[in-house]
Amino acid sequence: MSVEVFDSPAAAVADIPDGVTILVGGFVSAGTPSNLILALKQTGQSGLTAVANNIGLGDLLDELCEDRQLTRVIATFAIRASGTRSSRFEELYRAGEAELELVPQGTLIERLRAGGAGLGGVLTKTGLGTMMAEGKQTLELDGERWLLERPLRGDVALLKAWRADRQGNLQYRLAGLNFNPVMATAADLVIAEVEEIVEAGVIPPDQVGTPGVYVDRLVRCAPIPVRWDG
Amino acid sequence: MIMPDARPPNGLSRELIALRAARELEPGSVVNLGIGLPTLVAGFVEPADGILFQAENGILGYSGISESDFDSDLINAGGQPVDLVAGASFFDTADSFAMIRGGHIDAAVLGGLQVSAAGDLANWYVPARGGGSVGGAMDLAVGARKLIIAMAHVTRDGEPRIVEVCDYPLTAERCVDVIITDLAVIDVSASGLSLRETAPGVSPQEVARWTGAPLIIPPVVAEMSL
Repeated sequence: MSVEVFDSPAAAVADIPDGVTILVGGFVSAGTPSNLILALKQTGQSGLTAVANNIGLGDLLDELCEDRQLTRVIATFAIRASGTRSSRFEELYRAGEAELELVPQGTLIERLRAGGAGLGGVLTKTGLGTMMAEGKQTLELDGERWLLERPLRGDVALLKAWRADRQGNLQYRLAGLNFNPVMATAADLVIAEVEEIVEAGVIPPDQVGTPGVYVDRLVRCAPIPVRWDG
Repeated sequence: MIMPDARPPNGLSRELIALRAARELEPGSVVNLGIGLPTLVAGFVEPADGILFQAENGILGYSGISESDFDSDLINAGGQPVDLVAGASFFDTADSFAMIRGGHIDAAVLGGLQVSAAGDLANWYVPARGGGSVGGAMDLAVGARKLIIAMAHVTRDGEPRIVEVCDYPLTAERCVDVIITDLAVIDVSASGLSLRETAPGVSPQEVARWTGAPLIIPPVVAEMSL
C-alpha cells in the first residue's frame, strides 16, 4: 500500500484516459473536489461518464459540459423541474448530446457501496411502482416486494477531504463526508484533494473517515469555494 | 364543473402553509424537510419542542437557515447554509439513507405536484419540462414514518393537484399521510381523503370544488388555528 503525493491537480489527473467512468464526491458545495474537476477540464479528457450526486447546482462538474467532455451522467439531481436558468448539462441533454441515468439518492449510495464492498446488488423498496423500476428485476421474499439494484463502480474516483496523512488516511469536516467515503471504496484509482497533508499519526486513528488503503493519490490545494443560489 | 376562468378562494400564503405543517410535527421527533416550501417549516417550530431536523446530505440536528458567513461544508440538502443545534451530528450518505429507509425518520415534509386519492405522490418530474430530478424524494416517501405533503391546492392554471389518479410520474405509491395546502388539511387513509381543517374563510364545499378526487367531509370541520 502506498499513496503518491502530486504537486498539482493537473498532474494528479493527467494520465486518466478518455472514455472512463469517474465517481465525483460531494453534495452541491460540500466536500466537492472542485480543483480536480477543473484539472480534468484543463487536461481535456473526452467521452467521460460522471457519477455524482448533482450536476449544474453551482458545482464545477457542469464546466466539463462546455467542451462536451461528459457524454453520460449518473446522478440524483441533474434536470431542474422549475426556474428559468438551465445548466450546460441540461442543454446538452436536451440536444441529445449527453445521456442521463437518474437514480434515487439512497439507491445511488447503496449501488456504490455494493460496488465497493464486493456485493452483488441491493434490494430496496425505493422506486417500486415508478419509472425507476422500468426494466429492472423485482423479487418477492417472505411476502414483500423488492426492487433489485445492481452494483456501480468507477474507473476513477475524485474526492475532497479536509486533510490527509502520508498513509493516505483522510479526515473530513462537517457535512463534507456525504458520498466521499463510499466512493473511496468503489473505484480502481482513487484521487483525493485535501487542504493539508500531515505526517502519519497526526490524524487521530479514531478520526480517520477513509482509511488510507482505499486512497492512491493525494494533492494539496486550497479549496475552490462554490455555492448554489437556487 | 370548474369554470375555466374561475379561481379558487384566497387561502394561506407559503409561510402560513409552512407554519401549519410545523404544527403537525410531534415534539422530540426527527424530521426531514424537502427543498422549497418545506424548508420554511424549520422557521416555525418551537426550540423547546426539541425537534431534530435531518438533512439527507448528512446532518442530524440543524436549526434553520444560517445568516452568518457561508461555509461550503455546512449546508442542507438544498445547498443553503445552516446553523447546528447542540447535539448535532454529521455522517455520510450511506448512514443518512439508512436513517431514511430504515424507519428512523419520524416525519418528512415534502412538496408535491400531485397526490392521488390512494395517497400516491408525484413530486419530481414535470412532463411539460420533459424532466426533473429525484434527489432523496423517493427514499423519503418510502421510508419516513409519516409523510406530510405541503403544496398549493391547485396549479397556476387552476387545475386540482389532488386527483383520483396521478398522471405525472410517481415518486412512490400509497405513501402520503397528510396533505396541507393553502385551502385545507386533508388526511389520507384506506377509506380515502378526509377533510380535517379548512383555511380561514374557506368553506368545505369550496375545498371539495377545487379537489379532483372524492373528499369525505365530516359533519364538523375545524377552521385552521394559525
